[in-house]
Amino acid sequence: MRYTEIMVRYGELSTKGKNRRAFIDRLGFNVRETLHDFPELVVKANRDRMHIQLHSEDGNAVMERLQLVFGIQNFSPSVRVEQNVEDVKETAVKMIKEQYQEGMTFKINTRRSDHDFKLDTNEMNDLLGGYVLRQIPGIKVKMKSPDLTLRVEVRKNGIFLSNRTIDGAGGLPVGTAGKGVLMMSGGIDSPVAGYLAMKRGVAIEMIHFFSPPYTSEQALNKAKELTAKLAPFTGKIKFIEVPFTEIQETVKSDVPAGYLMTVQRRFMLRIADLLAHKREDLAIFNGESLGQVASQTLESMVAINDVTSLPVLRPVVSLDKNEIIDIAQKIGTFELSVMPFEDCCTIFAPPSPKTKPRLERARLYESRLDVDNLIKRAIAGIKVTEIRSGEKFLAENSNSFAELL
Amino acid sequence: MIYFDNSATTKVAPEVLNTYSKVSEKIWGNPSSLHALGENAFGLLEQSRLQIANLMGVAPDEIYFTSGGTEGDNWVVKGTAIEKRVYGKHIITSSIEHPAVLNSMAQLEKLGFEVTYLPVDEYGHVSATDVKNALRPDTILVSVMAVNNEVGAIQPLQQIAQVLKDHPKVHFHVDAVQAIGKGIQKLIMDERVDFVTFSGHKFHAPRGIGFMYKKRGRKLAPLMSGGGQEKNMRSGTENLPAIAGMAKALRLLLTDEAAKVKRQAEIKKFIYEHVFNYPKVTMFSQLDKTFAPHILCFTINGVRGETIVHAFEEHQIYLSTTSACSSKKHLVSGTLNAMKIPEKIATSAIRVSLDEHNTLEEAQSFVRVFDELYQRFTKINS
Repeated sequence: MRYTEIMVRYGELSTKGKNRRAFIDRLGFNVRETLHDFPELVVKANRDRMHIQLHSEDGNAVMERLQLVFGIQNFSPSVRVEQNVEDVKETAVKMIKEQYQEGMTFKINTRRSDHDFKLDTNEMNDLLGGYVLRQIPGIKVKMKSPDLTLRVEVRKNGIFLSNRTIDGAGGLPVGTAGKGVLMMSGGIDSPVAGYLAMKRGVAIEMIHFFSPPYTSEQALNKAKELTAKLAPFTGKIKFIEVPFTEIQETVKSDVPAGYLMTVQRRFMLRIADLLAHKREDLAIFNGESLGQVASQTLESMVAINDVTSLPVLRPVVSLDKNEIIDIAQKIGTFELSVMPFEDCCTIFAPPSPKTKPRLERARLYESRLDVDNLIKRAIAGIKVTEIRSGEKFLAENSNSFAELL
Repeated sequence: MIYFDNSATTKVAPEVLNTYSKVSEKIWGNPSSLHALGENAFGLLEQSRLQIANLMGVAPDEIYFTSGGTEGDNWVVKGTAIEKRVYGKHIITSSIEHPAVLNSMAQLEKLGFEVTYLPVDEYGHVSATDVKNALRPDTILVSVMAVNNEVGAIQPLQQIAQVLKDHPKVHFHVDAVQAIGKGIQKLIMDERVDFVTFSGHKFHAPRGIGFMYKKRGRKLAPLMSGGGQEKNMRSGTENLPAIAGMAKALRLLLTDEAAKVKRQAEIKKFIYEHVFNYPKVTMFSQLDKTFAPHILCFTINGVRGETIVHAFEEHQIYLSTTSACSSKKHLVSGTLNAMKIPEKIATSAIRVSLDEHNTLEEAQSFVRVFDELYQRFTKINS
């Protein structure tokens, strides 16, 4: 079946009162961004519904992307026919036949926004239902929870038929809940934390610390590709890379091994805090989950959190590793996350880090370092890029290879 | 020049040569190196593998790069023998396999393996019933080629696969060196087939490169031990320029495959129908669906094959006695011998083998020269 358009029903935002318009505009923008590489599409975000006119684009590919956009309750691909009863009848039978299996029940559900159309909703239901009954022997009508529902909408510009409703991602449109930074290491947890932040409407910017030559170019590219994996949920994401080598070397040489990690994390959080203020981000997200590793105890959080007054939000804090992996697999980041490149969290990891570091000690050891200048130099070296969905950074330099192969 | 010896080797395609030299020049890092040069080379290696897998309709982890058909055949035969020797030491193959298979078998026989060589009928076809009857509880491998390289007979792989469905543990190997791009991919990539071996230079890739399909889950001992390349299955630094070239050659080969196959079959038919009428001609290849579209083997009775080859050569037409491997050794063709063709006739055999670039005009020139030579040789002989 070749679909003409996709009708999108909004999620929670219908309850958002005065902000409704802003929410819908934002969702419209996000949908357009996510579908940026389908040039023929026309996206119309109306008050009740969004209509995505497909023109010559591939409906299935569009729907696949659409399923990822937060703020959508569900959507239905539909076929448009002229306001001509014969056409509607034939299309209705064709669409029901597509799904019909012996013994199934159906109903026709007509809505009419064009009140000039000669038949009203009941007449349409009767007419189409009767025709389907005659054309498909054995099929039965059932009003309450039928197996198949064919929705028919009579509008000024044609009649739209739809036989499927597909669940959307739910949540809130990304960006409607403000903007935050995500500390993105490249492991399993931080992309999941980013996903969950976006689910509740937060637009995120990635901060990635890299320490060449201790970490490789691949580790950086892996973090970028993970960002590209999260981009479909919002369209595009800013990626901020922070050079971290000097800080790590200094911490390694001047701080006792047990506090190495705590102090290092304090540096990361200080930088995240500074960047967030500069970029008008309202919160810092990370992938910490309680008890997973030494740095992820409450004591450790106290010793690290000390350096910022922004909310540090940890969406996966109480999830088990398996639950996090489930989400990572669902959003397609797991396979990438487990690629074995050392990131800056794993290098210089002391053999036995303190699981219960003390805040005063951490402050003391840190105070011996030239904190301000170290941070200033790191921030001077940052690089910001914009990453879109589908971009590739690892290994295959597909474009130059395409010509070779 | 008319080149009708494509089963011996093919000309490297200019596009492939271009890839080969570009990769040699620009992507010369070792795919195993950690740095960016290595990473880039690794990317191309895996992209090439993916392209080949997609073209063959299999998964990329089922494709292994080899140095060509001979290595592939050696690997499957000997690798299976090593891997499965504890389960049995009996192997079934046909009597018309390529020497890469037959001589590997001979080596294994010296090591205590038992090999059943199946006969072929007068057209060069193995019978699936014979395979069935030859199977024993200790059979570990059945190795049958897809297209015979001397007469072009397509072997009944589907029927053999059917037989082997009842023997799921037996490895089924298909030597598809002559079969790629000849419109029978579905046949060679049958579900029951476990290993398929290919050679690059038979489809316009450079020499020294080939690939093997190994079905996921099937076990094979490596023959090349070393640095662990190809998932520890085939060590040795990857021949990346040739691999990328082969991936491209395969793509070019399989683009519009049906039309190319049709054209080759038309040329073959044209020559067949012309020479068939001469009383002293014996045909070994046929036109029906059990023969490949690109190989035509026949004789002018009483004239030695090499005489005909050289006579054609004077007209810049290049063909071959039977297979290139045996033609220089003045041996009687193994396939014709197995088909029970009398030696006197078999030594007269010549082989025309086509590729997708040959034209009907070339075939017309060929038959004009053929007419001339036929008159000349039959006059001398009568």
